[in-house]
Amino acid sequence: MTADTVISAQGLNLTFQTNDGPVHALKDVDLDIRKGEFVSFIGPSGCGKTTFLRCIAGLEAPTGGTLTVNGMTPDQARRARAYGYVFQAAGLYPWRTIGGNVKLPLEIMGFSKAEQAERVARVLALVDLAGFEKKFPWQLSGGMQQRASIARALAFDADILLMDEPFGALDEIVRDHLNEQLLALWARTEKTIGFVTHSIPEAVYLSTKIVVMSPRPGRITDVIDSPLPKERPLDIRDSKEFIDIAHRVREGLRAGHVDD
Amino acid sequence: MKSVLPILTIVGAILLIWVVAVIPMNMHLTADQAQRDGLVVAPATPAERQAFSGLGLSFANPDLIPLTYNLDRPRLPSPHQVAGEMWDTIALRNVTSRQSLVYHGWVTLSATLVGFVIGTTLGILLAIGIVHNRAMDMSVMPWAIASQTIPILALAPMIIVMMGQFGIQGLLPKAVISAYLSFFPVVVGMVKGLRSPDAMQMDLLRTYYASSSQGFWKLRLPASVPYLFASFKIGISAALVGAIVAELPTGARAGFGARMLVGDQYGNPLVTWAALFAAAITAAALVAIFTAMEKLTLRRMGMAAA
Repeated sequence: MTADTVISAQGLNLTFQTNDGPVHALKDVDLDIRKGEFVSFIGPSGCGKTTFLRCIAGLEAPTGGTLTVNGMTPDQARRARAYGYVFQAAGLYPWRTIGGNVKLPLEIMGFSKAEQAERVARVLALVDLAGFEKKFPWQLSGGMQQRASIARALAFDADILLMDEPFGALDEIVRDHLNEQLLALWARTEKTIGFVTHSIPEAVYLSTKIVVMSPRPGRITDVIDSPLPKERPLDIRDSKEFIDIAHRVREGLRAGHVDD
Repeated sequence: MKSVLPILTIVGAILLIWVVAVIPMNMHLTADQAQRDGLVVAPATPAERQAFSGLGLSFANPDLIPLTYNLDRPRLPSPHQVAGEMWDTIALRNVTSRQSLVYHGWVTLSATLVGFVIGTTLGILLAIGIVHNRAMDMSVMPWAIASQTIPILALAPMIIVMMGQFGIQGLLPKAVISAYLSFFPVVVGMVKGLRSPDAMQMDLLRTYYASSSQGFWKLRLPASVPYLFASFKIGISAALVGAIVAELPTGARAGFGARMLVGDQYGNPLVTWAALFAAAITAAALVAIFTAMEKLTLRRMGMAAA
């Protein structure tokens, strides 16, 4: 753990009690995330990647080990509104305009009216949705809705952005486009991003650090620090470095998958 | 407007069945009357005719069929008789007259509306309690369901007599019975509506560290609006039924229920049928008003699209 560590997990365990007995969702997870990193969590379903993200967000309580976010417990960090969370579905309120949806966290957190308007305009521009403020969600495509939900997570300017398969439900062309935009956004805002995915190219393309996980029990099998430069055009995916990292991720996934 | 044709088709079918049914239903009475008027009827005596069904008698006396539509006190009034009675009592009478269906309608409607307001207020408050309080969740719903299994016809006189003991008469006891019937759909609909946001929506608010009252006003309440209108539509018709039922067993002098009873007791089915139709039209109008309000509200909320 160094001075610029934002998220730190030591020997983290989480066991769910179910009717079929205990389920080890997370077992002995150790991980440090430094400020400004883009960390992807990749693995098959049941590997605990979403659960780990929810632990960081204080939405799930670990049953063992320590986890700190900005030096606080996850629950304290949640109260301090330390992160923005983007879910798998955009989950915009159909009765609110795009602007109204982005404003939601600002209203809840008690920002002044003038500040709300200013921030809504700023983050909508950031996700290329300027001019859509007065539209209702049903008037936007799925990709645009997800961008609006990212704007909503950015609106209160938390340093950490947690994203749980935000583009999982979108088609590949839209997804490529959004990945590109997300990288640009990350470069401009210098946020620390935790990103759950089960797409290898997406993880390699986006991340500075790739965390490979495997199921039963959910654990980390490999942590890869990406040698790719920060500047990443889409065609970097044809480079040798890219293919090498993708290969290593695939190997990691295969190693964790011996039993089935 | 697309719904006009199907609706008219159904109305036409009902009218057709009605018109056809009038003949056998009224044939015995028609034959008796025709015999008194000196017409030839087969068979000749009422006692012999009792052995026939209405249908059989109609086939035996095809000449009498037109007469079945114009009896003074028919067993089944024909459509034009009911329409005539309604025209007479709605359009031609002064609305303050005791003969006016508008007057009787207002008596019932005012009790309905007061009862509906009481019932929906109670229903919404109960639903909020059930959603936010575990003890209420466990305890209130079974009682609400049990309350609706009691026949209202048995309960109505008790409520009216009991409230009469305390000197409360007229509109309020009827409104209480209306409220008793209308709170239930509102409770059920609102509980479902307030719980309609999914786990992800609730998690999103947790990431903002939102209070539960913020969750209520910003998420649960707006999400419940479509459910609320569905409940309103069921509730308002239940409230109308409640007000009418409240007028039936207690000798009320005014209201749709009183008219139905008067028609029945004095052997004048036209009065009963006219009141019945007026009540049905009132209920349809009330539901139509809520449908229009629903459309308007959802459109303004941006939820009526696609």
